[in-house]
Amino acid sequence: MTSDTAKYKKLKDISRDEFILPGTTVCGGCGGLEALRLAHKVLGKNVIFVNAAGCFTLLAVFPYSPFKGSWLYTTMASAPAGAQGIRDAMDILIESGRLKPEEDLKVIVLAGDGATYDMALSATSGAIHRNLDFYYFCYDNEAYGNTGMQMSSASPYGATTTTSKPTNLFPAGTKHYKKDVFEIWRAHRPPYIATISPRHPVDLSEKFNRSMQFKGPKLFIALSPCPTGWHFDPSYSAKIARLAVETGVWALKESVYGEVKHTYIPKQLKPVDEYLSVQGRFNHLFTPLRQDKIIREIQEDINLYWDQHGKK
Amino acid sequence: MGLRGYLRVKELLTGNVAAAWGVRLADVDYVPAFPITPQTEIIETLSQWYDEGLMKGKFITMDSEHSMVTAAGAASAAGIRVFTATSSQGLLYAFEVLYTVAGWRVPLVMVNVSRALSSPITLEPDHNDILSARDCGFLQIHTETCQEVLDSILMSYRIAEDKRVSLPVLVNMDGYYLSFTREPVEIPDKEKVAEFLPAYRPSHAFFQASHPMAQGIAVLGGAIYSYFKYQMQIASMNALEVHKEAAEDFNNIFGRRYAAIEKYKMDDAEYVIVMSNAFATKGKSAVDQFRDKGYKIGLLRLRLVRPFPSEEITEALRGRRGVAVIDQNISIGSGGIFFTEIGALLCNETKRPVILSFVGGLGGKDISMVEFRKVLDDTITASNSGSVPGTQLLYTEGEWEQMKHLLEVAGKYAGQSQ
Repeated sequence: MTSDTAKYKKLKDISRDEFILPGTTVCGGCGGLEALRLAHKVLGKNVIFVNAAGCFTLLAVFPYSPFKGSWLYTTMASAPAGAQGIRDAMDILIESGRLKPEEDLKVIVLAGDGATYDMALSATSGAIHRNLDFYYFCYDNEAYGNTGMQMSSASPYGATTTTSKPTNLFPAGTKHYKKDVFEIWRAHRPPYIATISPRHPVDLSEKFNRSMQFKGPKLFIALSPCPTGWHFDPSYSAKIARLAVETGVWALKESVYGEVKHTYIPKQLKPVDEYLSVQGRFNHLFTPLRQDKIIREIQEDINLYWDQHGKK
Repeated sequence: MGLRGYLRVKELLTGNVAAAWGVRLADVDYVPAFPITPQTEIIETLSQWYDEGLMKGKFITMDSEHSMVTAAGAASAAGIRVFTATSSQGLLYAFEVLYTVAGWRVPLVMVNVSRALSSPITLEPDHNDILSARDCGFLQIHTETCQEVLDSILMSYRIAEDKRVSLPVLVNMDGYYLSFTREPVEIPDKEKVAEFLPAYRPSHAFFQASHPMAQGIAVLGGAIYSYFKYQMQIASMNALEVHKEAAEDFNNIFGRRYAAIEKYKMDDAEYVIVMSNAFATKGKSAVDQFRDKGYKIGLLRLRLVRPFPSEEITEALRGRRGVAVIDQNISIGSGGIFFTEIGALLCNETKRPVILSFVGGLGGKDISMVEFRKVLDDTITASNSGSVPGTQLLYTEGEWEQMKHLLEVAGKYAGQSQ
């Protein structure tokens, strides 16, 4: 969404500064890293990432770190609590004159969907409830990626994971629908929540920019195309990220104190087949036999969402 | 010097409130907390003091012990003085984070108020909770009195913040027997505490914009992992000396001396009972009664449990006729935890006493004079015969009669003999 007050209206507005150095250990074509790279440009250099166990834990492996800022690896379930400790400590140090205000850092939880949707949900709820002044960046590749793509509660209905493979008894593979963590967060009424995509960089940048005016929890879910886990060639990452938005699978939106706005509404939703058929994790829906019923159910779920949110 | 300095006025404090006083005197910046019985009175007291402005910094209620210890460790990694406390199930809920925070090498001080572990769920103490954490890298100080609780917290910050150590500390006290028991406690003068414990100036772990730092990062490969674990082992062993120095200073400033182990009536003792924590008071009382009857018996109380003061313990037990270790814990399928540790220390000694193993006091069960008598008799018999029984589980006839009745009520008693 662009408005007159927006700082980011076109690609040219995005800073050329890089805060994540190249040559990291994550997979080629990782959508999550691209989203983080863009977010970091808005947040600037004075940050500390508080990391939960996941793919991005291997970004910083002794004695190297690709970040210009600081880093603390915590546990899978408690990165928001780590953020609480650091935020409170820095406030106490600044207030008591032991640290200059210019030494302050933005505290950013960096977690995958396994931590975000499942294991750390209680710690996250606590941090939001305590109105912790922090950013939460979730790279959502819709499965436990770092352990080899096991099903998480972010895995979408119909996807193959290594623990929800399609069988004669369960032809869909993953039989549950993706958990709506945006709405779970929204029920806590934090100042800011957004969904983002690495292929909508202006939308992403403007959302981070807008969130910076708020003191309190600021939460971001980045749909993160994952060549390794979703089974596609890394060169397709950008295309798949775009298709997720154009088919309406991934709604770009934000919530300010609970009030939801869609920041990009596709003029005409593309059929979900276009998104599914280019990813190996949905192969079983198309071959050897097309699973019409399952594809229809996925499409109906998308249509229902957009019907409810003013888009036919 | 205030009046208190002359008169050494003591106040009647519970172990929990004594712990809170230790934290207050140490000028702790930050207390993330989560309630659990029997620790709760500590955080209630601290919460009140922060709210009334008597302490500066922040008290915050977290969403679990797992989160609580993470926040405490992270704040400590950011360079402030932090305290937290828990018990029992709470310590186990935070278990993963204990290893994590110890690996961060931060000087967090934490109190565990011992309470036996579920299941069956219960309230009174034994030491399976604290001893489950013995391998994680936290130093451990086990206390017997409310005064020792307060003093040990001050000593713990001093030791944890020493560059030769840089490891967190767990101070243990028994639930109910210490946590809710009032004893006369001398609250030290603030100026004297400042002399003993200077303000914390982090040199190892902190976060600031001009000095980016990656903490707690992953390592790949056993040689790198081993390096960091060996560093922790060396640092923990350094704490033996650092504890000694701190104890010396503490004695000079406050007039109370704490050693890594306490030797009670040990000088001429032929037989030694080894115990820890508040039940050591029961053991000392038994020693007094046996002494009155002419037995040469003493008690060794384990205080600094990690690092384990091997030399002091070996020195203290070498050449005795018999040693009885009463473990208020049980490693199911093995027996007493301290028995195996002390046995390992003495096995290479040529003047080695017989070492007997007893388990008692689980879930706060009393250890009565009858049981201490059994411990002494067995130790004398074994040291005469050289034939040593396996681990014995202490239980009195009276307790068994009562248990039989309860089993009958539950419909589970079918006349078994045990």
